[in-house]
Amino acid sequence: MKKYTIHLTVNGEKHTLEVYPNALLLNVIREDIGLTGTKYACGTGQCGACTVEVNGEPVLGCMTLAVAVDGAEIKTIEGLAQPDGTLDPLQEAFLDTNAVQCGFCTSGMILIGKDLLNKNPSPSESEIRNHIKGNLCRCTGYNGITRAILKCSK
Amino acid sequence: MDNTEYLRPSNLKELSQIMAGHKDRATVIAGGTNLIPQMRNGGKSPELIVDIGDIQDFSFIMEDDGFISIGAATTIAEIASSDIVSTFSPILASSARELGNPLIRNRATIGGNLANASPCADTALPLLALDAVIRILSPGDKTRNVVLNNFFHGYRFTDLGKGEIITRIIFPKPDDETTGSQIKIGLRNAAAISVASIAVMLTMEGKICRKARIAAGSVAPIPMRVSRVEQLLENQEISATLLEQCKAIMKKEISPISDIRGSAEYRSYVTAVILERNIQRALS
Repeated sequence: MKKYTIHLTVNGEKHTLEVYPNALLLNVIREDIGLTGTKYACGTGQCGACTVEVNGEPVLGCMTLAVAVDGAEIKTIEGLAQPDGTLDPLQEAFLDTNAVQCGFCTSGMILIGKDLLNKNPSPSESEIRNHIKGNLCRCTGYNGITRAILKCSK
Repeated sequence: MDNTEYLRPSNLKELSQIMAGHKDRATVIAGGTNLIPQMRNGGKSPELIVDIGDIQDFSFIMEDDGFISIGAATTIAEIASSDIVSTFSPILASSARELGNPLIRNRATIGGNLANASPCADTALPLLALDAVIRILSPGDKTRNVVLNNFFHGYRFTDLGKGEIITRIIFPKPDDETTGSQIKIGLRNAAAISVASIAVMLTMEGKICRKARIAAGSVAPIPMRVSRVEQLLENQEISATLLEQCKAIMKKEISPISDIRGSAEYRSYVTAVILERNIQRALS
């Protein structure tokens, strides 16, 4: 099968990649670029573990063809902290509220939480629960996660 | 998936050229959220993917001369958050907000939801109830319109011929006497595929129903209008007795199946319940 050349800016860094037309953005981020903070769980668009930001909007890496986002600005969980390692306030809040247990949903949860806070800086608990609907957590029961996002609500 | 090719035209002219040359082997996508799971299951192996997600002319929501037009590659998220859609077709806005989850909605498009022609296509029901028309671009730059009610021919089988693409969806702005309601029954609150779902539009003149549009999903091979129930309601005062008749006819008109999401019996029962609830909501 023919490979296609694509350009992605991931967390500010430019990448030129050769990908098959059926390559998923998730796999390209994890395997070709080597950023494994984005998780592969269900692979069928039901769990949100593979959430990444494409041109400012969160999408499912497993439901997006890499060729289809040629030229895009991508942000993954690795791009959230400052270059010196200072965590984003939402990452701090996840630590403070024990919102992480196994951690598999955490990257997606933090990115979808950031997306909500960008669009609505003072979300209510029900707005938070509504916005994280596409991100499944099988450990925490969502309470810690909701509290963490609420903590960053102004 | 042995030899798939991929093309992403950036404007209508490029698209026309591609479709003219490759109409027999093109699989059109916009967000890709229908095709990707089908490819992964091994069920579908497109020769050529034509991605229309980049064509600006296909991404808009417009209010114009009594009509609302929505470009085929407009995302479900854009529809869910559009003031025009919320104002003039709240049932389309609410069904968009219930489609998949926020992440899916950022990629999935309205044209894709219709072209995929699933019996549970969430946006099809309000659009059927709104008397929507689909504009289709045919090879040779010809354009034709199809009433959405004539678009779905059978299970995942539509009026789209080889090389044809949905370009926009158009529906008349409902007048002040017309109100609607839609209800989707799913197994959970997020990313639910509907078990049964109904959209209703009613035009009232005092207590008399002048025009009724009832669309039902996940209870037949296609998202369907339920004309016999519409006829029962039209030019009648909507009484409790009439509602009971409508529910009885509704159960006869649909042909639900049993699957992992629900039994045929449950679908039949709940469809009648949400029909009544929708009518009551539309009238309240």
